[in-house]
Amino acid sequence: MVIYGVALLAGCMMAGLVIGDLLGEMLNIDSNLGGVGIAMLLLIFITGVLKDRGKMADSTASGINFWNAMYIPIVVAMAASQNVVAAFSGGMVALVAGVLAVVLGLALVPLLTGKRPENALEDDPLAGETRYTPTRASVTTGAPVLDRSRHTSSTPAHKH
Amino acid sequence: MIESLVQLFDKYHLVAAFAVIGLAMYVAYWISNNLTHGKLHGSAIAIILGLVLAYVGGATTGGSKGLSDVTLFSGLGLMGGGMLRDLAIIATAYGVNLKEIRQTGFRGVVALFVGVLISFIAGGGVAIAFGYTDPVDITTIGAGAVTYIVGPVTGATLGASSEVVALSIAAGLVKSILTMVATPMTARLIGLDNPRSAMIFGGLIGTTSGVAAGLAATDARLVPYGAMTATFYTGLGILLAPTVLFLAVRAVM
Repeated sequence: MVIYGVALLAGCMMAGLVIGDLLGEMLNIDSNLGGVGIAMLLLIFITGVLKDRGKMADSTASGINFWNAMYIPIVVAMAASQNVVAAFSGGMVALVAGVLAVVLGLALVPLLTGKRPENALEDDPLAGETRYTPTRASVTTGAPVLDRSRHTSSTPAHKH
Repeated sequence: MIESLVQLFDKYHLVAAFAVIGLAMYVAYWISNNLTHGKLHGSAIAIILGLVLAYVGGATTGGSKGLSDVTLFSGLGLMGGGMLRDLAIIATAYGVNLKEIRQTGFRGVVALFVGVLISFIAGGGVAIAFGYTDPVDITTIGAGAVTYIVGPVTGATLGASSEVVALSIAAGLVKSILTMVATPMTARLIGLDNPRSAMIFGGLIGTTSGVAAGLAATDARLVPYGAMTATFYTGLGILLAPTVLFLAVRAVM
């Protein structure tokens, strides 16, 4: 039944969150320490065992796959409910700090990845579609500037 | 007539949000196929569209939740909120290659520590450059550059002023939003096309919303790997920022 898959997913999530909460309490920090990550590992492990024993029915899997497929629409809804106005009215300090953190983080990815692994997802036809030409990188630095110009025009509305 | 329509949308807000997002996805994929010939991925356009709508919503209502502050679209807050987002993120782990995670595990942990540290230094450095001298202010703004949750938690622990806390939240929001937009555009440049680099990317950038959306717009198959490490980032930041990192800032200043 489809609900078995949904329940398995929900059960893993709740178990992961409980463990994350306990970890946070143990380390005396007021936060859930990686509960979602732990839930992901639980789901991978449990579905792996179920598959090996041939107990993972197609309908069960479809209960998980539905939420998997809903992921991008949910992310779009999340993007639409971000406080974009506040992000760009925080002033230059916030803007520069945020941009610098992203630029440094992105720049370090190839450094820490090291040698390219052979199992890059290259053979997939989809992968080519989702790639971008390096020239688009200039748009990256342009993006915050564009948003800031929008902010400038909206500043009077904020200072009423 | 219009009033009763708005009421209906408000009453059935989650269902209305499904319809609205479905329509937005259709428009985004139409633009992707017809105007960019598939070069800019549909989900990237959809996320940018979402951010633009969030700006419009926030600017018109003065609220803090983007388009979901508009009564007509209140369901977007539930649909895009933490509960369903985390459920969907966990669901992406179904079918993940466990071998890949084991192989990258150590590098992922290293990336987490480097990521928190580098973001903190970037934020704190910018704060110093802008003339902040109080270690509490510098630490709070630095923590904001880690994520927009670490910033206010750190600020509250250290007793920072509300103005500085607001700045730190803004820094974290800029980071999250820029990650959503910049990731698909720089993915090729930084070799973000395999599970290993996705896990390292998640650990280095860490802001879950930004990483999740950025990877979704790059290649949806990378989402579980990046999200896996990113979910540990905020916890690590809250652990380090008000303690070790604050002491370090105080020693330097």
